[in-house]
Amino acid sequence: MAILVFAETADKKIKKSSLEAVSYAAAMGGDVVAVVLGQVEGGELEKIGTSGGTKVLHADDAKLNEGVIQAYASVLAEAAGKAGADTVVLAKSSLGDAVAARLSVKMGAGLVSNVVALPQGNKVKRSIYTGKAFANVELKSGKKIIAIKKNAVPLKTDGGAAAVEKFTPSLSDADFKAKITSQEKAKGKVLLPEADIVVSGGRGLKGPENWGMVEELADALGAATGCSKPVSDMEWRPHHEHVGQTGVKVSPSLYIAIGISGAIQHLAGVNSSKYIVVINKDPEAPFFKAADYGVAADAFEVVPKLTEAIKALNN
Amino acid sequence: MKILVCITHVPDTTSKIAFTDGNTKFDSNGVQYIIGPYDDYALARAVELKEQTGGTITVLNVGTVETEPTLRKALAIGADDAIRVNVAPADSFFVAAQIAEVAKAESFDLILMGRESIDFNGGMVHGMVGELLGIPSISPVMKLDVEGSKVKMTREIEGGKELLEAELPLVAGCQEPIAEWKIPNMRGIMSARTKPLKVVEPSAVDGLTVTENYELPPAKGQVKMIDKDNIGELVRLLKEEAKVI
Repeated sequence: MAILVFAETADKKIKKSSLEAVSYAAAMGGDVVAVVLGQVEGGELEKIGTSGGTKVLHADDAKLNEGVIQAYASVLAEAAGKAGADTVVLAKSSLGDAVAARLSVKMGAGLVSNVVALPQGNKVKRSIYTGKAFANVELKSGKKIIAIKKNAVPLKTDGGAAAVEKFTPSLSDADFKAKITSQEKAKGKVLLPEADIVVSGGRGLKGPENWGMVEELADALGAATGCSKPVSDMEWRPHHEHVGQTGVKVSPSLYIAIGISGAIQHLAGVNSSKYIVVINKDPEAPFFKAADYGVAADAFEVVPKLTEAIKALNN
Repeated sequence: MKILVCITHVPDTTSKIAFTDGNTKFDSNGVQYIIGPYDDYALARAVELKEQTGGTITVLNVGTVETEPTLRKALAIGADDAIRVNVAPADSFFVAAQIAEVAKAESFDLILMGRESIDFNGGMVHGMVGELLGIPSISPVMKLDVEGSKVKMTREIEGGKELLEAELPLVAGCQEPIAEWKIPNMRGIMSARTKPLKVVEPSAVDGLTVTENYELPPAKGQVKMIDKDNIGELVRLLKEEAKVI
């Protein structure tokens, strides 16, 4: 039996988290068939093979360039049938969740999201309570869908070449009942949920005019920028940068929190980061208890020094 | 317009998470339960839509009798009536199937709920309900307006947002800033006591997954404090010890 992987794209590139899903499926063993929906840049499909995929089904249809939830679910169900797959693996994301839910009903497949480790037989471990705990879940259905959390498995980079096959799914008007009329995306930025390093700012930065300092550090590190809830509530930063229990949950290798005290709701959104650095002038800030490294000093003094030191390292 | 708002009954966001009975049950000792924060946004938007266009709001929870105070709070915020499907939620599919059964019988125009519950964070129920009912499901929705039979929405995508249109009926998984949270006033609290709360028995549906037990993450080690005048040391630790830069 093959494993089908939904390889999600952003700006015509396959998302790193989806390549992690391919690596995860490869580690499960057997044939790994990745489905790519919409047009992609040259060279992108090759990454599927490098990550451990054996075959790519590419529905190269401009109608699928944008993530239409219903259409994507229909196409993936058809692809699972075509590939003879009883298991679907995908990366957890706002689109992935919405698509996987519909696909689960179409396939009669049990669905477990936020999975953090390879399955043991029919059992998978998933993150719950926004990273504050884990649950071990048994999939009872014959067909299964596993949505993995970022950084759940290492990215495989030594795979071979995957055979690419053109795939023309049968789409109907019913799949496009909800129409996307426009998109607004921050161009050329590292996507927050995908980022390996995240630099976040809080109220300690005093105002949106001081964010240049955060962005400069993020640029030096190749990182995405995030913020605490009060900061997005005050509209210093856009909502899609709000990290926390009711915002974006991140699990980067490195999370740098600047001027954020560490409310329990913020910690819940970042506690699965591998390493946390906290910069805060209040040495009693609760965030220091969750940090690996801390600097108890004024961010306006520390952050430029840190940026310079990173730049010196890069040179 | 008939609006259904599905709400979860979840531990407060500040709750300490612990388990009992050999890590097979959530330890609810001393835990305050609330309407799921995302569901609160969905309910608040439903109240605004009702104020604009009229109609009714039914609030629904799949849960045992312990969840009734949470349903009463939703009534106090502005729902007209409540339905409790009398069963402990098993998995997402089980919950979605119960919601879909109620929705089929009542023909709602708009079904709103939070983008995900804050306990299991699955974010799946809205999509499953949409598929079971054969209607569009959109999530996470941060803006939603109804114009006649047309719904205009803004959906958050990674690094931005997209604008969508669809016809009613549909299911939306909501998140901030779709509406301002509503705090129940005294009149709402008094009227909630007499609003109808119907208890219906569950449909015979099997869940597709079973949670066997729970684990807590390992305790965090001690933080290493670095002097502000020695930032080079922080960079060295990130490079050589953590190996993350």
